[in-house]
Amino acid sequence: MSERIDQRAPSETDSGPASSPGVPAPPPGTRRRPSSRRGETIFRSLTTGSGVLVVAAIAAIGVFLLIQAVPSLLANQADFLTFPSFNTGDPDNLAFGIRDIFLVTMFSSVFALVLAMPIALGVALFLTNYAPRALARPFAYIVDLLAAVPSIIYGLWGILVLAPAILPIAEWLNANLGWIFLFADGNLPVLSGTIFTGGVVLAVMILPIVTAVTREVFAQTPRFQIEAAKALGATRWEVIKMATLPYGRSGYIAGSMLGLGRALGETIAVLIVIRASTSPMGFSLFDGGYTFASLIASAASEFSQPLPTGAYISAGLVLFVLTFIVNALARLIAGGKVNG
Amino acid sequence: MRYQRRVAAVGLVAAGALLFSACGSDNEGEGGGQAAANAQACGGKQNLRASGSSAQANAMTRFVTTFEQTCEGQTLAYTPSGSGAGRNEFIGGQTDFAGSDAALDGEEVQQAQQRCGSEAWNLPLVFGPIAIAYNLPGVQDLVLDGPTIAKIFNGQVTTWNDPAIAALNPGKQLPAVPIVVNFRSDESGTTENFQNYLNAASNNAYGKEASDSFNGGVGAGARGSQGVADATRNTPNSITYVESSFATRAGLGVAQVINAGGGQPVPLTPQTVGNAIENVAVVGQGNNLVLDLNSLFTTTAPDAYPIALATYEIVCSDYQDDPTGQGVKAFLTTALSPTAQQGLPEAGYVPLPDRFRQRLTDAVNAIQ
Repeated sequence: MSERIDQRAPSETDSGPASSPGVPAPPPGTRRRPSSRRGETIFRSLTTGSGVLVVAAIAAIGVFLLIQAVPSLLANQADFLTFPSFNTGDPDNLAFGIRDIFLVTMFSSVFALVLAMPIALGVALFLTNYAPRALARPFAYIVDLLAAVPSIIYGLWGILVLAPAILPIAEWLNANLGWIFLFADGNLPVLSGTIFTGGVVLAVMILPIVTAVTREVFAQTPRFQIEAAKALGATRWEVIKMATLPYGRSGYIAGSMLGLGRALGETIAVLIVIRASTSPMGFSLFDGGYTFASLIASAASEFSQPLPTGAYISAGLVLFVLTFIVNALARLIAGGKVNG
Repeated sequence: MRYQRRVAAVGLVAAGALLFSACGSDNEGEGGGQAAANAQACGGKQNLRASGSSAQANAMTRFVTTFEQTCEGQTLAYTPSGSGAGRNEFIGGQTDFAGSDAALDGEEVQQAQQRCGSEAWNLPLVFGPIAIAYNLPGVQDLVLDGPTIAKIFNGQVTTWNDPAIAALNPGKQLPAVPIVVNFRSDESGTTENFQNYLNAASNNAYGKEASDSFNGGVGAGARGSQGVADATRNTPNSITYVESSFATRAGLGVAQVINAGGGQPVPLTPQTVGNAIENVAVVGQGNNLVLDLNSLFTTTAPDAYPIALATYEIVCSDYQDDPTGQGVKAFLTTALSPTAQQGLPEAGYVPLPDRFRQRLTDAVNAIQ
């Protein structure tokens, strides 16, 4: 970025005097040049500074997590990657692993994504291709508004309203499709407050971001492609299939990845909705447990000793890396196709 | 649990304070009422600081209100930062006293003595009863005893019509459905005290370690007292342990408990918890009122409800800074006053029974 600015800056100042030789006003020209150059320098350093600051903050967070986590990881008596429970009660005898936490995090987030992606696609297509203009605006606004609801509200709504409401669905799935591992009996004695419930809540929470990104990309479908398709006699569905979807697919996937990133890191709603269990996680949506974020939040009030705290921070480090990977993937996909 | 004990402890201190103030003869007003009596104990440092157990936070809020009304210009800032943090901050001299679910232990005793330049006292001021709360449609006045509760919470008894439960509830229609156990998923003194009770009162039927996490190995966790209360309300055939105020507010049934003395089932009321507190054994020396909680859990007194948590105020017996000592004394005196004790049941704690309150009052009076 700074390189670009460097290149542009001299070329602009060069063009300044080059364009004004005919005008007999060297004093104002010279007066203006230093001040504009100073403004240029100040602005450049401000923008560069902002950029550097963000990168430095991220790096500092990573370093902090690493420094805090290492002593606990060394003191850990269980395998960090495969041990199913998180026992930090006795600082001299730490035994914690992220297997279950990782599974619950991935199950709930991916399930949320599976629910949210088709709906977001439908909403985005409706808003860009079907809805009358007068309706599209307020409708898009309402969908965006979902993102403004605080997550604690989603949590309370999820456990008090949604959980009882979708219990019959969960019971039906468990009774009739229980032979599929996803719907088998979980490690909770109840079918509400499970990963299933949490995933539905998360799906609602990530819907706005997936929809917004997808809608923006679809709206940018080049006019000429649409008109060309129409000229060939395409129906509206065929226009979508021939022009909008191929053009917007990568943006759609990138938006979904951003949603996944949000679902992975969602804390308080998950903490309230998904119930803890005393036995290890199977591979069912009717299991319970903690995600990385909810685990840390649940223990945060008891962070008084360095080693147990470090154990939770090491879980945070894994979440940090995981979110990074997901976001990097999203950038990669989005950068690769939409711009090209 | 923690909450309740603390409240009770606070009540005791308040009662003690009252007595002290009554004894003092600095007559300021003509009114012979409580306020006047308390006012006699006022004075000392104006802005006290204390921190620690969150279980007694609501009791503290009430005590502080009463304190501010009674002693004009004086106040106390209580930070519910957790018992461990509270003890550390007291030992480090950042606070004037600590609220704690556990008495000073091990090297903390020495450290506290160094900080005070005198012995530190543990005063059990706040007591909170723990309810065995259930949601079992069609069944009222469920009766349980220690061993049966232990077996429900470690998974040995799994259905409501189990013979162990049926034997305690003759004539009631117990459904043949599985028992859903709800437990606290966050670390909690309530959980620790409850498991201590199970270990003490179940003739070894529980057999799990008592820590601030639930170790029973069954059930579904929910976060916080409100969480387990809500989960129990929303899940038919479920049971949980929770501070009594949450059970009542959620409209749950509260089991009557047969204590270690056998005898009649005891409902949870301030009176029955008070009966158990009256009979609790003190293991500390003199005014250092460290309790043997197992004697509470295994109480054999008639009409005594055995499951409660106690929280202490940890104070210096002789403050190096006289105004601080006077201020702490004034606060505790107020907390033990009937005015402060009255409102405790609403907040989920029990007012201290008279004899116990007298004992705390004596201890508070001896603070210098």
